[in-house]
Amino acid sequence: MINNLMVSGSPHIHKKESISGIMWTVVISLIPAGIAGVIIFGLDALWVTLVAVVAAVLTELIFGICMKKKITILDGSAVITGILLAFNLPSGVPLWLPIVGAVFSIVIGKQVFGGLGQNIFNPALVGRVFLMASWPKYMTTFVKPFHYDAVTSATPLAMLKEGKILEHISYWDLFLGKHGGCIGEVCILALLIGAAILLIKGYISWHIPITYIFTTAIFTYIFGAAQLFSGNWLFSILSGGLILGAFFMATDYVATPLTAKGQLIFGIGCGLLTAVIRIWGGYPEGVSYAILMMNAATPFIDRYTKCRIYGTG
Amino acid sequence: MKNLIKEFTKGLIKENPTFVLALGLCPTLAVSVSVTNAIGMGIAATFVLLGSSLIISLIRDFIPGKIRIPCYIVVIATFVTIAELCMKAYSPALDRSLGIYVPLIVVNCIVLGRAEAFACKNNLARSFLDGLGMGVGFTLALILISAIREFLGSGQILGYVLIKGFQPVFVFGMPSGALLVIGLLLGLFNLIKDKRA
Repeated sequence: MINNLMVSGSPHIHKKESISGIMWTVVISLIPAGIAGVIIFGLDALWVTLVAVVAAVLTELIFGICMKKKITILDGSAVITGILLAFNLPSGVPLWLPIVGAVFSIVIGKQVFGGLGQNIFNPALVGRVFLMASWPKYMTTFVKPFHYDAVTSATPLAMLKEGKILEHISYWDLFLGKHGGCIGEVCILALLIGAAILLIKGYISWHIPITYIFTTAIFTYIFGAAQLFSGNWLFSILSGGLILGAFFMATDYVATPLTAKGQLIFGIGCGLLTAVIRIWGGYPEGVSYAILMMNAATPFIDRYTKCRIYGTG
Repeated sequence: MKNLIKEFTKGLIKENPTFVLALGLCPTLAVSVSVTNAIGMGIAATFVLLGSSLIISLIRDFIPGKIRIPCYIVVIATFVTIAELCMKAYSPALDRSLGIYVPLIVVNCIVLGRAEAFACKNNLARSFLDGLGMGVGFTLALILISAIREFLGSGQILGYVLIKGFQPVFVFGMPSGALLVIGLLLGLFNLIKDKRA
């Protein structure tokens, strides 16, 4: 490789932790949400997740062999991409959908840019947005929780968009995930357990998730209803993919800013875009688009939040 | 003679206007939704390229250097108007589906690029062949891109369904799909070029 330089903010501290160690910890931290998804939506959710993971790993393997590159399937990054992609799908999708999405995620989202560490966008979200734009019919048909025979139901956010009343869903239901949605995004409790593991281990910092969630909540509180300062901010946090996005997808190491200041800007940007798309946009949910747009802005954020070299300027 | 043939063939692959020179990408992105559109656009652009290369090569000694670009534009615009009126008269449906992109051939950078880079320095025969080669290269590139996009985006090519039960990938009918296809094909062209070199 020509480019063996590490780019990161100083100071540089050497640690025994490796990429694969971190990646497999992230995989473990995603397992609670997966289990919750399977409990809520039935075995279909498990098959979708497994198919996506296997497809992502196989694609990475085949691409590596074809391009005569080092085979990187054991570092776990492809596994994470597969899991995150599946977590962003409804459980009732036909099984070819996660396969196509995983192949697209790995090839277009990651490998064409040069593999892990070079990707501009979060690969799983690239796959999800591709599927969303290509087969919206499948991507917006959600299964009703605890009805394993494919009774469809709308997500709370979609109901809100259509102006339906949401009284029969309590905040507690939202927190535990008893509502229609994607496999991995519904159970906030399980996601928070996983997020706690990552935060305690120090693999993600609080900057992006906290600013992201708070910005969305505040913005929804101000503009989310007919009158100013009366939006339902708690609902905006607990519904949709905000928690999954904030802790697991907006914290992707590669496609997010390096410095703490940059990460704060990144989180606020994600929060603003999510709220704007939810309140005024055409789609009920905006987390994936918000994160992808801020991924695109990451190089600029990095440029303007560069650490000042000590003793200069 | 061999040199002359080279002027024609270089536009097809070695200096393909879309994939190697990366010129004229705006119409390429916009009209490559269907193969019919691509063929129509390709023929119109080839006609304009041929005509403008011919005339500019003929009058190259009379044009004052300082105002050469406006002169080229006048010549090009004349041919674009001819092409547009012909298309309106003989295939109004195609004209409607190409829309604004037919008059926009005036500012197509392949046409101006060839006038500035080639026709104003070379004689009639060479300019003619260069224009023809570039036009054909552009048309072939458009057909290639639009065939991929039409097949993936709507499951058919020129109205014929190729695979029954294929679920169209809507993305490829949208601008983002055009960018994806062009990007991947550009990469492929570069890969082949690197392998040869």
